[in-house]
Amino acid sequence: MTRITRAHVLVALVAAALCVPAAGISSGNGLPTTIGKGEGQLNLVAWEGYTQPQWVKPFQNATGCQVHAKYAGSSDEMVTLMRQGGGSQYDMVSASGDASLRLIYGKDVQPVNPALIPDFKNFIPALQSPPHNTIGGQHYGISLQWGPNTLIYNTTKVKPAPTSWSALYSAKYKGKVTVPDNPIQIADAALYLSKTNSSLAIKDPYELNQKQFDAAVSLLKGQKPLIKKYWALASDEIDLFKNGDAVIGASWPYQTNTLVAAKVPVKDLIPKEGATGWADTWMLSAHAKHPNCAYQWLKWVSTPKVQAQQAIYFGETPANTKACAVMDKLSKGSAAQYHCGASAAYFDSIKFWKTPVADCGNGQKNCMDYTKWQQAWTQLKG
Amino acid sequence: MLGPPLLAFAIVYLASLVALFISSFWAVDPFTTEIVRHWNLDNYRTIFQSSAYRTIALRTIGIAAAVTLTDAVLAFPFAYFMARIARPRSRAVLFVLVLLPLWSSYLVRVYIWRLILNENGVLNWTLRKLGLPAAHLAYSNWAVWLTFSYVWLPFMILPVYGALERIPESLVEASRDLGAKSFQTFRRVVLPLALPGVVAGSIFTFALTLGDYVTPMLAGGSSSQFIGNVVYGSVGIANNVPFAAAFAAIPLAVMAVYLLIARRMGAFEAM
Amino acid sequence: MESRAARIALGGWTLLVVLFLWIPLALIIVYAFNKANVQSWPIPGFTTHWFGVAWHSQEVRQALWLSVRAALTTTAAALVLGSMAAFAIARFKFFGREAVSFLFVLPIALPGIVTGMSLNSFFVFNHINLSFWTIVIGHSTFCIVLVYNNVIARLRRSSPSLIEASQDLGADGWQTFRFVIWPVLSTALVAGGLLAFALSFDEVVVTYFTAGAQNTLPLLIFGYIRLGQQLPIVNAIAFAMIVLTVIPVVLAQRLMRDTGVLRRGGTAALTAK
Repeated sequence: MTRITRAHVLVALVAAALCVPAAGISSGNGLPTTIGKGEGQLNLVAWEGYTQPQWVKPFQNATGCQVHAKYAGSSDEMVTLMRQGGGSQYDMVSASGDASLRLIYGKDVQPVNPALIPDFKNFIPALQSPPHNTIGGQHYGISLQWGPNTLIYNTTKVKPAPTSWSALYSAKYKGKVTVPDNPIQIADAALYLSKTNSSLAIKDPYELNQKQFDAAVSLLKGQKPLIKKYWALASDEIDLFKNGDAVIGASWPYQTNTLVAAKVPVKDLIPKEGATGWADTWMLSAHAKHPNCAYQWLKWVSTPKVQAQQAIYFGETPANTKACAVMDKLSKGSAAQYHCGASAAYFDSIKFWKTPVADCGNGQKNCMDYTKWQQAWTQLKG
Repeated sequence: MLGPPLLAFAIVYLASLVALFISSFWAVDPFTTEIVRHWNLDNYRTIFQSSAYRTIALRTIGIAAAVTLTDAVLAFPFAYFMARIARPRSRAVLFVLVLLPLWSSYLVRVYIWRLILNENGVLNWTLRKLGLPAAHLAYSNWAVWLTFSYVWLPFMILPVYGALERIPESLVEASRDLGAKSFQTFRRVVLPLALPGVVAGSIFTFALTLGDYVTPMLAGGSSSQFIGNVVYGSVGIANNVPFAAAFAAIPLAVMAVYLLIARRMGAFEAM
Repeated sequence: MESRAARIALGGWTLLVVLFLWIPLALIIVYAFNKANVQSWPIPGFTTHWFGVAWHSQEVRQALWLSVRAALTTTAAALVLGSMAAFAIARFKFFGREAVSFLFVLPIALPGIVTGMSLNSFFVFNHINLSFWTIVIGHSTFCIVLVYNNVIARLRRSSPSLIEASQDLGADGWQTFRFVIWPVLSTALVAGGLLAFALSFDEVVVTYFTAGAQNTLPLLIFGYIRLGQQLPIVNAIAFAMIVLTVIPVVLAQRLMRDTGVLRRGGTAALTAK
């Protein structure tokens, strides 16, 4: 074989490797009207703490669907996992608002029929057809839980107790601070600036023009020398607080609950500037191999009991209002603690994660899109 | 004779590498993160123009070199003792002691260093008992260096041991008979013959460090990103394969140069 | 021989390195008995609870079984393909021989993330679903070289005239293989196979990119580590692994010693990695 023909073979193979046929899109017209027999398996992409044995095991016993869960540390990771291998690896994802629209517009998820979910009618109105999972009347998934990102601190080391996000930007706890390793953290800085620097006129922490964006990034740059570690896994933060490497940081309630159970003196709060937060949706992959088990799962996680179990375990608010009574039965006072059945005003006070796009929502197209957020974040960490 | 399966295998592997390299000249749509096949050099431009990416590349190569050096220093006297001084029975024991850590989970071995080094961890607990000041090593580049040196050490010991063990006793005796002092014999006879083993070991320690992202993620601090973390973040998280591919070209180029030098030094025979 | 002082210094250094290698392993074992589920030092109390949890966990069993199957399949592929390649390279001269031998070293020298990412893109572009087989393909890339290296080192040191002599004396192909080639190669194959198995069984970086929804044991362990709730399970599994692998490692070491590999002249077998 001469060199040239060998090169030709290689080129041909590479060409074959790169040949991508147009992606097939399943149309949303034929929504199922009944749930068929389970396929025996269900592959999930989930947040840490969303697939605990206490509600997964009974589900498996009741339906025969074996659950395989892969945990993702960020919405970006969830989107990528859902696209892996042509999008048929995973059946469902517990996507937050900043991933759900990307998945819908990327045609990675398919509409579902809420009529098959008996508990759907008990959901708080704001989560029945929220804009992050319902487009043109089509429900791309069923809402699950929601809650705020909190400020966590060690009660013996941090005195007086903090009331403002400024605690994370001041040098007082230098080298003992931890915040999430996630580009969406820029929104937390922007939220803080929206309350403390009126000249920037930040309305929405996810819609930032160049000047506002630069101000948020420079605030985070100033924060970097204070940081012990940008936590990427929930266990990073748990270890940091448990072993004294960090005393204050930004957190999910999951870590607080785990630490409190391990008798570490920590507390969390929503500071006076408010908080960013998440509203999660179980979404069904457009190429799901186990749709019947997926519907069974949607039904299962919407029931008051499972909603309550998960809410208490992770520390978040269930979408199902019937879950509040169960929460109090499982753990007294937990319904009030996690704002179960909260008013629309409280719901609106949380700035839910969404994907930053160039469209600022006010007719202008000069906002920083998510690629810019990611690059700024990587460069910031250095 | 190479056989069709082997050939198919080599081709799949090479085609994947070439395809990856080609995709580094493409871009992704920022919202849907679908790949857009539009030829450009933007990815490379971003990497070369940003000081952050330069720092990350230099940090990765620097720590990989430091880990290699550390492991060589730790491994050489150990391997020398094992190959040329220890009795057969203790040699066998040492062999098992080096091999066993390789068989226990890499993740667990990385994670345990976090528990050793953290503020109230085993190290500081011991230091306190001894009345010494606490060390603040956890979640830093020092921790990354130490953890890497730990997990890859057996990969250095084994080839160095192999090279030392193959040196014929007659050569050493001849050197002594010709009047060389023991240090001279070591420097002029043993060391040159053992060097290919060290270089072979260094290929493993250097390459494994260069391509890892788990250890910097678990053991690192606020400025511990490696090339692997950026690549992992770009592909595993942001789904930006083109950018990841462009950044992955750096370790690819570094390893190609390293391998060419290593082959000159006869390291492939010692692997 | 070395002076007394040099021997003592080398012995002391060896002891320190052994401690460096083994203190962390000892701690892994201690943490497997941790009473608390979040880890700190010193541990608050001892329990064997986590061994029971690990043993009864369906997840752990499935992951363990997948890892064992993948490692066995990879090892088999590596043994066949690696020794075939070694024979071809050692016995025949052909154009591009050097380049091919370079190609075999490449996967283990290239950063795992490059291998993983390129294979992942290849599978995705070709709409190949990630499965058991993609894991095996991913692992085989860097496991073939282990067998290849061992076998070729052995072949270089054995004389081709042995085979010719066997044939001249009237042995058929099988007899030549059984009585001449196999005794020369067996330890190289065992050593290469063991390393291939160990490397495949513990691989994380490439596996992350080539495994689909199914978890191999290391991926499951990573999942447990990131949850931070049941870490002693991870340590219990690691402890069990250490105990279980003592047997094959000691056996392999015996085998090497009995066949002279551990004595002068042939340790390349185990140094391949």
